[in-house]
Amino acid sequence: MSQAEAARRTSPLWTLGLFRSELLTTFRRWRTLALLGVLAAVPVLVGVAVEIETGDGPAAGGGGGAGPAFISQITNNGLFLVFTALAATLPFFLPMAVGVVAGDALAGEANAGTLRYLLVAPAGRTRLLLTKFATVIAFCLAATLVVAVSALAVGALLFPLGDLTTISGTRISFAEGLARALLIALVVAASLIGVAALGLFVSTLTDSGIAAMATTVGLLITVQILGQIPQLDALHPYFFSHYWLSFADLMREPVYWEDLTRNLGLQALYAAVFGSAAWARFTGKDITA
Amino acid sequence: MGEASATERDGADTVRGAEAGDGAVIATRALTKRYRGGQPAVDGLDLTVPAGSVFGFLGPNGSGKTTTIRMLMGLIEPTSGTAHVLGRPVPRSARAVLPHVGALIEGPALYGFLSGRDNLLRYDAADPTADPRTRRARVAAALDRVGLTAAAGKKAKAYSLGMKQRLGLAAALLQPRRLLVLDEPTNGLDPQGMREIRGLVRELASDGTTVFLSSHLLDEIEQVCTHAAVMARGRLIVQGPVADLAAGARGRLVVTTPDTGDAARVLKEQGVADVVVTEDRVTGEVPGRDLAEVNAALVAAGVRVRGFGAERASLEDAFVALTGEGFDVAG
Ligand SMILES: Nc1ncnc2c1ncn2[C@@H]1O[C@H](COP(=O)(O)OP(=O)(O)OP(=O)(O)O)[C@@H](O)[C@H]1O
Ligand SMILES: [Mg+2]
Repeated sequence: MSQAEAARRTSPLWTLGLFRSELLTTFRRWRTLALLGVLAAVPVLVGVAVEIETGDGPAAGGGGGAGPAFISQITNNGLFLVFTALAATLPFFLPMAVGVVAGDALAGEANAGTLRYLLVAPAGRTRLLLTKFATVIAFCLAATLVVAVSALAVGALLFPLGDLTTISGTRISFAEGLARALLIALVVAASLIGVAALGLFVSTLTDSGIAAMATTVGLLITVQILGQIPQLDALHPYFFSHYWLSFADLMREPVYWEDLTRNLGLQALYAAVFGSAAWARFTGKDITA
Repeated sequence: MGEASATERDGADTVRGAEAGDGAVIATRALTKRYRGGQPAVDGLDLTVPAGSVFGFLGPNGSGKTTTIRMLMGLIEPTSGTAHVLGRPVPRSARAVLPHVGALIEGPALYGFLSGRDNLLRYDAADPTADPRTRRARVAAALDRVGLTAAAGKKAKAYSLGMKQRLGLAAALLQPRRLLVLDEPTNGLDPQGMREIRGLVRELASDGTTVFLSSHLLDEIEQVCTHAAVMARGRLIVQGPVADLAAGARGRLVVTTPDTGDAARVLKEQGVADVVVTEDRVTGEVPGRDLAEVNAALVAAGVRVRGFGAERASLEDAFVALTGEGFDVAG
């Protein structure tokens, strides 16, 4: 009798199992795959456009300040398509995809009613939230890598590869260029943590997945617009997008670290502030959906 | 094991305590829930569910059944009052209690893009006490138990209402449970499915699982439940063994006649208590003596009898009498 009465043991690897289940569930959603598909298509479009224009022309902005500097070099070296594609997707496509996944993380489960069954399983509110956050960050990484890998493949297919010139004018080997590209992808993924935390917080506020996704993406657009208004200069350093394009500094020789570290610090601050807010909200919330 | 070690273990993650003492698997004291601003949805509930019972939780729409279940499962915080499940307070000890509880709350909820089997794998992965090594076998057993083995590979969004309900039940049966909380478990099931569920409930109960089920279907409760409670407008009206509840609304003797005055007088003479006259019907408690003699007495007194007989009270009569006959949902 005492055997039956005793509480069941918690499997030590359980949290990992929940994380694995969460990853599988997220990446098997049709929506997630569609977002990744769109992201994979961006480098293809940019690559083909550059190939058609064959080099010259003003390259029509290329998306963000760091864009044009890279885009003019693509025809010399396909690796630059990776930097161009990341610069083109970072201001909107990437954070939008993250905002959708993060906004849906809890609100979508509440909407479908599956949240209550996860909680009576009992997944535990804090652990479920942490698992969700880890999964959204995994998505940030996956999304960035999809852009980078797609860009590398298209770049290798359409353009020559080889040694490259940094922004500072020095030459580095292709292998080192690849390593820097990977590092840049990691930094870009980390740049999305602020949006991820914000989206997760919004996701705890409502029981409608659509509303949470729309709110997060709306906030993203608002911040991007406010970031363009010079009168708000004093506020700009606190916008999660302020240092986003600092990843280009990794292509300097020597690497210029100041803005890069500021960016990572800012993302950590967002994760802490909105992560805590999400925790406070989610652990104290009545689950009525 | 000695008393001391039992007390020691209580401090750890054991689930016993009050249950061992007074035999209650669910015990609430003055449990109250007021959703933001509004009327209390549950008002001062004192519910006691004995261990090993099949407990029917009855009440009209909006009477607070689901709200009570959500509080018991730690999903919502009571406004005031306390609740104990398996002898431990909820929501505080929900993490220790819930692995022993299987629940179906306000219908099943599934991931439409996952197959039935993958849905169960996901829910099982959310249980910290579930052994990943036995997961597939337990999922297969649960699917088999609710008759879904053949449809296990189908996407859940392609399931019919009854199939979804069955999958929800399967999720509640992934592990051996000590308490099953089923909020309207036969909703959407065909008659065959309802019978299977009743069979399943009886089978689980005979294994010692306490089953707490809410329902509108009174004959269902009458068929499977040993105990029942009736809610109305957030308040508990009555609770106890089903036999006592039905007995509380005893059958009545009914005489249909145009001569109601004479009939009432004769019935009183024959020892019928609580005689009530309504239009052309005279009713009263069923007397201890042979009804044939009562009828003969009526006829002998010249009362023109159109109908005569004892109407057996069902749980439904008890329910309607207790909750009021109005169809409208209380605001
Ligand atoms: N999320 C909510 N916010 C505000 N009020 C609510 C909420 N959920 C339920 N209520 C109210 O609480 C009361 C009890 O609802 P509850 O869902 O517990 O009833 P029920 O007995 O389960 O009804 P049914 O038989 O229809 O399932 C109702 O008056 C309802 O309007
Ligand atoms: Mg209900």
